[in-house]
Amino acid sequence: MATTEKRLEILKTYKIYIGGQFPRTESGRYYVATNNKNEKLANVCLGSRKDFRDAVGAARNAFGGWSGRAAFNRGQILYRAAEMLEGRKAQFIDELMKQDATKLQAEKEVNLAIDRLIYYSGWCDKFQQLYSSVNPVASPHFNFSVPEPTGVVAAIAPQNDSLLGLVSLIAPIIAGGNTCIVLASNAKPLCAVTFAEVLNSSDLPGGVVNILTGKVAELAPYFADHMDVNATAYCEADAATQQMIKERSALNVKRIVLYDKVKWLADEAQSPYFIMDFQEIKTTWHPIENIGGAKAGY
Amino acid sequence: MATKKSNTIKLKFDSARNLAPAPESKSAAKIDPRYDLFINGKFEKPLSKKYFGTINPATEEKLSEVAEANQADVNRAVKAARAAYDNVWKKMPAKERAKYIYRIARMIQERAREFAIIESLDGGKPIRESRDFDVPTAANHFFYYAGWADKLEYAFPNRTTQPLGVAGQIIPWNFPLLMAAWKIAPALATGNTVVLKPAETTPLTALKLAEIIQEADLPPGVVNIITGAGATGAAIVNHPDINKIAFTGSTDVGKIIQRAIAGTNKKATLELGGKAANIIFDDAPLDQAVEGVINGIFFNQGHVCCAGSRLYVQESVFKEVVRKLKDRMETMIVGDPLDKNTDIGAINSRQQLETINKYLKIGQQEGAEMYQSSCSIPRKGFFCRPTIFTNVAQSNRIAQEEIFGPVLAIQSFRTDDEVIEKANNTPFGLSAGVWTDKGSKIFNMTTKLRAGVVWANTFNKFDPTSPFGGYKESGYGREGGLHGLAAYVNIV
Repeated sequence: MATTEKRLEILKTYKIYIGGQFPRTESGRYYVATNNKNEKLANVCLGSRKDFRDAVGAARNAFGGWSGRAAFNRGQILYRAAEMLEGRKAQFIDELMKQDATKLQAEKEVNLAIDRLIYYSGWCDKFQQLYSSVNPVASPHFNFSVPEPTGVVAAIAPQNDSLLGLVSLIAPIIAGGNTCIVLASNAKPLCAVTFAEVLNSSDLPGGVVNILTGKVAELAPYFADHMDVNATAYCEADAATQQMIKERSALNVKRIVLYDKVKWLADEAQSPYFIMDFQEIKTTWHPIENIGGAKAGY
Repeated sequence: MATKKSNTIKLKFDSARNLAPAPESKSAAKIDPRYDLFINGKFEKPLSKKYFGTINPATEEKLSEVAEANQADVNRAVKAARAAYDNVWKKMPAKERAKYIYRIARMIQERAREFAIIESLDGGKPIRESRDFDVPTAANHFFYYAGWADKLEYAFPNRTTQPLGVAGQIIPWNFPLLMAAWKIAPALATGNTVVLKPAETTPLTALKLAEIIQEADLPPGVVNIITGAGATGAAIVNHPDINKIAFTGSTDVGKIIQRAIAGTNKKATLELGGKAANIIFDDAPLDQAVEGVINGIFFNQGHVCCAGSRLYVQESVFKEVVRKLKDRMETMIVGDPLDKNTDIGAINSRQQLETINKYLKIGQQEGAEMYQSSCSIPRKGFFCRPTIFTNVAQSNRIAQEEIFGPVLAIQSFRTDDEVIEKANNTPFGLSAGVWTDKGSKIFNMTTKLRAGVVWANTFNKFDPTSPFGGYKESGYGREGGLHGLAAYVNIV
């Protein structure tokens, strides 16, 4: 008799991702994610200032190890993330469709997200050569300049393209050796949390990517304010928020990256220049010994 | 302060060091009694009708007076720059643009001696430095970027570049001509036009550069040079028709600028303050390292944003390094900037001297031990003896804040990890120095120090081909080299 009953489905709890773990927001708050048909999709954490602070701590702790890792190894981990995403494709398509995408749109977005991870996986150990230089200084010094990661990046993901936008934002940041705190799309948060699960099973060290859900208007000021954040990124065209982020970022001279014109589905949404948006150039000098005698060449 | 008995050998310098004065002649430099604003290729009287004096900080005598540009003057300059951009400069073939910039480089070289003298008179820096460093490096900077003008398509892989438009450029008083070159040369090479404001205490070499720009026949309005103080700078920063702000100066003002342009689409590059760690390991060639420390903190009276103002010495050689440093300081000649023997010239202004003296007091109040060389300093003018502090705590203000003077804070360390942490424990990140004989240690240090320029077994070296700029609160953007082009273009 029991065999004829419909099996009760296990609903997923959507939590935030900090330091390689999936806690609930410390605030205990939540909001209900819905779709255009006004169906309830999930209770999602309404992240708080303290969640953000914890995430910055985790990101800062992870920075030394992640930036110090071999670039080749970072590439392998990004590749691994793509593998994991590929394996869980169906789940992402399902989530995107729940959040109003057509099947075709959902498939396209997931495929592009996988390909984008592969794309940046390949850049991990290549962009440095493209943007480095040995500088022919007019004195006896060996002088070279190389890109180095800016540090901890606080990024607010685009509201649309909730998976592809998120992946396209995170991948170049971490490919370049930075760590980050990312605020997921408020309206479509499901894929962001599931993507955190992908990252968590890809050998990505805890704290390299931290993903929060919540309100942009509430959290954006903290993203721009925090003194241990080195760069802020924002993907919408809202002028007041842009101005607020720029103003507050001045507090510790954060780098500000605005992606309000990027079309995430287009080919132009991927290039090594996205990596360079979160890089500093370091120049190193060392004298060259200059002893007379060997004038004749070798 | 009670003198402590020294347990190290005291060298005697009195016999050999009384060099006869070797002053450079002022007659090789022509300074007009009054300078107007350089707008649209002409020297124009200021609409403000106001002028202010610029003095020789070594004598406190007035050298000349310069115009004080007000909002209306800034408007005029920006209008001229916009017209020159739209009608002439952005349409000009790149190779022609290059030739104008080459001309400027050549003319600076031709008039190098005059520039060096005026730089030392107006700013107080030793003639040896203005003659051997500031002026030739400025000329080289123009020469270097001139060559980029028609090669920009090779600079950014798979991309082309577009100029930004009108650049507003505000420069400091520590390297007046060189900073003007760092700003103007890449802006012109990439096809922008310029409104530049030199610092109010050191306007003269920028105005002499304006003469050269006029003489070089650069199309009117491509470079406009206007003088004034903070209000003039603010008028440039806030002008709606400026596309780009390039600023070199204090971190405080840099933050004000970042806030001021937050509501606009203006691009910015900021080269701000620093508090560089200079690190000596026990295996370093100590005499060479001491020379590097001297150069690191006393070059240009310590008025250097990348000055090595925090010295970290490994414990086992601490005493020896401090002794050698004190001995070397004793040989330094402080005085007339125009004397070719002078090592440390005049502090740039009375205000800056007061700032430095304030920090000398703070350092002593915080419990650090101050040592100054025993040299005599001139009675008139603004001078400061080379100064070091020992017994400094990491939290002391003299170890945290930029003093911008010949003042060094010395601390000791035991392990590599300890010194990396101490060196990076600052909001700044402009430069750093490492002294060790061990190659693998150098690369460990240079990769872990969070600073834009790292000197290993050398310090305070600069070159037009070499990108310079900061991490963290020392600003963003690079000046010099290929990377310096990015500050003045849209990459499309």
